[in-house]
Amino acid sequence: MSGTILDVQGLTMRFGGVVAVNGLSFTAERHKITALIGPNGAGKTTVFNCITGFYKPTSGTMRLTHDDGRIIQLERLNDFRISKQAKVARTFQNIRLFPGMTALENLMVAQHNTLMLASGFTFLGLIGAPSYRAAEKHAIDQAKQWLERISLLDRADDAAGNLAYGDQRRLEIARAMCTEPSLLCLDEPAAGLNARESASLSELLISIRNQGTSILLIEHDMSVVMEISDHIVVMDYGVKIAEGAPQDVRDNPKVIAAYLGADEEEAAAVMESGT
Amino acid sequence: MTGASTDLTRAARREGIAFIFKKALISAFVALMLFSLMIGVRTEAGPTGQLIYWTRFGDLASIVGIVFVGSIVIELLRQWWGPAGIASVVPPSAQRALDFAGRAIPPLLLIFTFLVPVIFYNQRYILDLGILVLTYVMLGWGLNVVVGLAGLLDLGYVAFYAVGAYSYALLSTNFGLSFWICLPLAGILAAFWGVLLGFPVLRLRGDYLAIVTLAFGEIIRLVIINWQSLTGGPNGVSGIPRPSFFGIPLTPGDDGLAAKLGIEFSPTHRIVFLFYVILALALLTNWVTIRLRRLPIGRAWEALREDEVACRALGINTTTTKLTAFATGAMFGGFAGAFFATRQGFISPESFTFQESALVLAIVVLGGMGSQLGVALAALTLIGGFELFRGFDQYRMLVFGMAMVFLMIWRPRGLIGRRAPTVFLKQSTAISSELAREGRG
Repeated sequence: MSGTILDVQGLTMRFGGVVAVNGLSFTAERHKITALIGPNGAGKTTVFNCITGFYKPTSGTMRLTHDDGRIIQLERLNDFRISKQAKVARTFQNIRLFPGMTALENLMVAQHNTLMLASGFTFLGLIGAPSYRAAEKHAIDQAKQWLERISLLDRADDAAGNLAYGDQRRLEIARAMCTEPSLLCLDEPAAGLNARESASLSELLISIRNQGTSILLIEHDMSVVMEISDHIVVMDYGVKIAEGAPQDVRDNPKVIAAYLGADEEEAAAVMESGT
Repeated sequence: MTGASTDLTRAARREGIAFIFKKALISAFVALMLFSLMIGVRTEAGPTGQLIYWTRFGDLASIVGIVFVGSIVIELLRQWWGPAGIASVVPPSAQRALDFAGRAIPPLLLIFTFLVPVIFYNQRYILDLGILVLTYVMLGWGLNVVVGLAGLLDLGYVAFYAVGAYSYALLSTNFGLSFWICLPLAGILAAFWGVLLGFPVLRLRGDYLAIVTLAFGEIIRLVIINWQSLTGGPNGVSGIPRPSFFGIPLTPGDDGLAAKLGIEFSPTHRIVFLFYVILALALLTNWVTIRLRRLPIGRAWEALREDEVACRALGINTTTTKLTAFATGAMFGGFAGAFFATRQGFISPESFTFQESALVLAIVVLGGMGSQLGVALAALTLIGGFELFRGFDQYRMLVFGMAMVFLMIWRPRGLIGRRAPTVFLKQSTAISSELAREGRG
């Protein structure tokens, strides 16, 4: 089933007098990778925090449509319910793993809600009920599968804080995926990665998309964005300045102007002289 | 090449000597400032009330000299050992020995504990001390759930201990309920108070949480003091029934346990019985905690300690997770409290001061947050050691304080500064606590 998974309309977020996001509207297609780009301070992460329930938007609607046709108004949910009920998972710009827990434990924590139910809210688990043991084994298998996909299987029992930076980035994505989300929000997943790691990240994201999870992505690494995105939304000063396919966005003078800090006419002039 | 490197080491050494002297001079200067009035000048009230004073510059000079030389010696030792840090202070061979000891100690300690009443049957003092240590082991294990696993700094743990003790005392003296019925009730009531405390403080983190829990501990104590009609106020509750052996009282009468078994009655029977009761309770606490750690709720507690924001992003209800941690810890505190009441036979608000909370927290921190063995060893060290130093008389606190300072220098993350993973694929490798966070919740 195709169509729109996330429909954001008139999203506004004010912090006191500062308007971080001003009437932003965009849609994200199902089973596609939608990228949200823009210069620093454009309000991208604020949009993410609104979608994932960390901020309550001042106004606007965010409608999430599930595969089975269920519609959820994200602005009415908050906190952990976004992940639990709406099935929206996210990663963070500065990695937020559980550093003192092993890679495997990190992935097990992500399956908390499923396991909690299976353990009969701890009581069945405490007496070692077979149904819980089976559920735990299944959870470990799923974690193992993800560790294999991000090629960290042999580091499963190492503390997450001891992993290399690129490994931590991939582990965080795997952890988010272990919650079995329908929409995965990634906040700068390629930040600090080298060219080879970026390439393998692109592959991972494409495989996640092909598997049926829609992705919303904030990214500064244009090679990654242009390579994997199906649709790009460009923001500046809290408003949308352009959107479209990667090729269209790349040639849009408004976008170039925003990134170069020049005004539109100048940018157009630069482009013309260049070609 | 060799010449260059020796030159380098020589230069480093020369610099090192200058550094050591500078450090020693600073230490000596600080000592001079500190002790110039404390030791250099001695004042006393004369026979007619006037102030007489005399100087002791000789003593002052010798102390400053000791500090100067001592500082040099310590610095030399430190350079000899290499930079301070867990890895270099403890050589690999010693680390292996420690690892082995770490595996061997728990079963040996458990067997020894089981045998204590047999070995020391005639030494009532040792048995009483054993019961006291085990009570604190249990309290430490209970608080460990809140502080060590969930990372919530709770300075009012004694409140739950008090709730448990008063629950048993009042239920048994007013309604004649037996210890074995009151024990679960005391745990449930304490857990209930844990949830009640949990609700308002959920939004608070770190220092603020600590202050509110501290206040909660005091509130409970003040309510107990002032609610005279119910709790007897400062006079406490006396005549609390002693526990029975599942209905058979441990008394010298005909229906007592001794008479039924056909052995001669001895008051030690009751002490031994109490010893095994608290041992069983402590082991229950330990077992449940170890089990819970491997269940999703326990993993969520530890995840909460590591990163609360990430927990929320993974769909974990942080509110209920925190509340269950509070309730579980409080329940064990309540059990310990009920035991305390039945052992003493008399309780008063004086037993539930902030000092107790601080002591239990010290046991958890000293033991290494989250480590079950560490907490047990710390309780043994703190409670047992305190008795051990009785011979030092007035210097007891001083020796005790020094020992704690040295322990914290040697092992800043507690006696057992490592955490074992709750689940593993190939092999369970302990994780240094340097990586684990202490929690800000």
